[in-house]
Amino acid sequence: MKEVLKAVVNVFLKMPLGFMVTIKYFFRKPVTLDYPHKKRPMAPRYRGRHYLERYDDGTERCVCCGLCAAACPADAIYMEPEENEKGERRARIYEINLLRCIFCGFCEEACPEEAIFLGHEYEFSDYERSSFLWTKEQMLVQHPRKDNPFKRIYRRVRKAYGAPDKIS
Amino acid sequence: MSNTRKEMTLNMGPQHPSTHGVLRVVLELDGERVVKAEPVVGYLHTGIEKTMENKLYYKALPCTDRMDYLAPMSNNLGFCLAVEKLMEIEIPEKVKWARVCLAELTRINSHLVWLGTHALDLGAMSMLLYTFREREMILDIYEACGGQRMMTTYIRIGGLAHDLPPDFDKRVREIIKVIPERLVDYENLLTRNEIFINRTRNVAVISAEDAINYGLSGPMLRGSGVNHDLRKDNPYSGYENFDFEVALGQKGDAYDRYLLRLKEIRESLRIIEQAIDGMPEGPYLAHVPGVVLPPKEDILFKMESLIFHFKIITEGFKSPFGAVYQGIESPKGELGFYISSDGSNKPNRVRVRPPSFVNLAALPKLVEGGLFADVVCAIGSTDIVLGEVDR
Ligand code: SF4
Ligand code: SF4
Repeated sequence: MKEVLKAVVNVFLKMPLGFMVTIKYFFRKPVTLDYPHKKRPMAPRYRGRHYLERYDDGTERCVCCGLCAAACPADAIYMEPEENEKGERRARIYEINLLRCIFCGFCEEACPEEAIFLGHEYEFSDYERSSFLWTKEQMLVQHPRKDNPFKRIYRRVRKAYGAPDKIS
Repeated sequence: MSNTRKEMTLNMGPQHPSTHGVLRVVLELDGERVVKAEPVVGYLHTGIEKTMENKLYYKALPCTDRMDYLAPMSNNLGFCLAVEKLMEIEIPEKVKWARVCLAELTRINSHLVWLGTHALDLGAMSMLLYTFREREMILDIYEACGGQRMMTTYIRIGGLAHDLPPDFDKRVREIIKVIPERLVDYENLLTRNEIFINRTRNVAVISAEDAINYGLSGPMLRGSGVNHDLRKDNPYSGYENFDFEVALGQKGDAYDRYLLRLKEIRESLRIIEQAIDGMPEGPYLAHVPGVVLPPKEDILFKMESLIFHFKIITEGFKSPFGAVYQGIESPKGELGFYISSDGSNKPNRVRVRPPSFVNLAALPKLVEGGLFADVVCAIGSTDIVLGEVDR
């Protein structure tokens, strides 16, 4: 008798509590996204693919100082320097091995020239290993991302010191 | 048949959905009873401890994220506290409070994943979806802070990588508001659910004495009623300023540990609320020239900062001769970092005391004599992460 009573209590009093939760969420909007078609916005500090930035006149910011390669915990960056036509030091080869890279963002933090930035793209899959060896040409852009946290810092510091706002 | 042995040997794993990674358990079965169980680890060995010996201190930090990947901030915190102890760096108040806040968020994060996967192992499918929904809010905070959702590397030697994001306060308060409501849902689904109770009550029991003898820590130890929590017993990073209770179990079975972890989530929320209410103003980095990277703001216009920046990035900093140990209460138990230094700019030896690994050692004790089907429950309620077990 006691067993039967217990079963009745279970079925009619305790279990429905759980079912109510399920029913409650059945009528709510789903929290998931229809991923490949819709994407969530990334946070401003998100660390995705690398970009190398140019000055407004088109010359590269990177001076091949090697600080990003020194900071890289995964030893993913390789570079060789050369002089451009104005006699300034520039990178002849600048490669990032995305297979090694762990997207830690240390290169971005180390760079004293504001040259390298991590953007918001994160879909890298491909069929060949060689396609993950990114060269300078693939990464060079004019303005990588407007809302980079470091850039805002630079802009503020420049303003404070009355220097021209070189970063657009 | 010449083999007259009564027991059957069964390999569970390394590829098994409910061993939470690549754990292999060699089981000797007598019918449905487990006679002997032996966990075999090493399938995910990444050599993290060895790798850290060959890296400058600040470059060894990203390795720690990848140990217990469900609690990255706790690992960062443990390593940074150890290095700070070695270098005798004084940490600003704000950083301490922010770290406590983040570490407790991490505890919730880890417990939520545990709850979802444990319930999934026992057949309650929908829990995983619910807990991951809440976890998403915490991951969003990680992303806003450090820029990644799992491998954050946000807590750095001497402070934080960046200042807290502007909407940090708002997001955290949202969590404080939402999670208690959702916990009620979880309890409705599981706490009084007859199936869940039958699968966890008196299963995977470990007595207080055994728990101490095996060196267990975290919920595994407290589930048996032993009051040991490093946040109370050996406070670090300003935990002595916070008011919270240490959740305790009684019997040391899987159901007790389930209740205990839910209670820990509630206590963590209390700590987070205190941390966010009392967050002091101040710098997000300690000012220790030559050891802590100067803030990005200074590098552009202060020659001295730029020089230190170059120096730290290229050659790191020299550590004093000696050894330190720093243990923290990670979501899974006592996570300790032992760093021995030979005076150079790289650690001579880093030894991690991983809670998952030590807790896993008690698995035979938990399952031997029990039913085969309860092995899954025992592994689940131990809360292991194989990345940390194998390092
Ligand atoms: S990207 Fe920056 S840190 Fe790297 S070589 Fe160029 S200037 Fe130096
Ligand atoms: S993100 Fe990290 S791992 Fe990747 S290239 Fe930069 S420093 Fe190296």
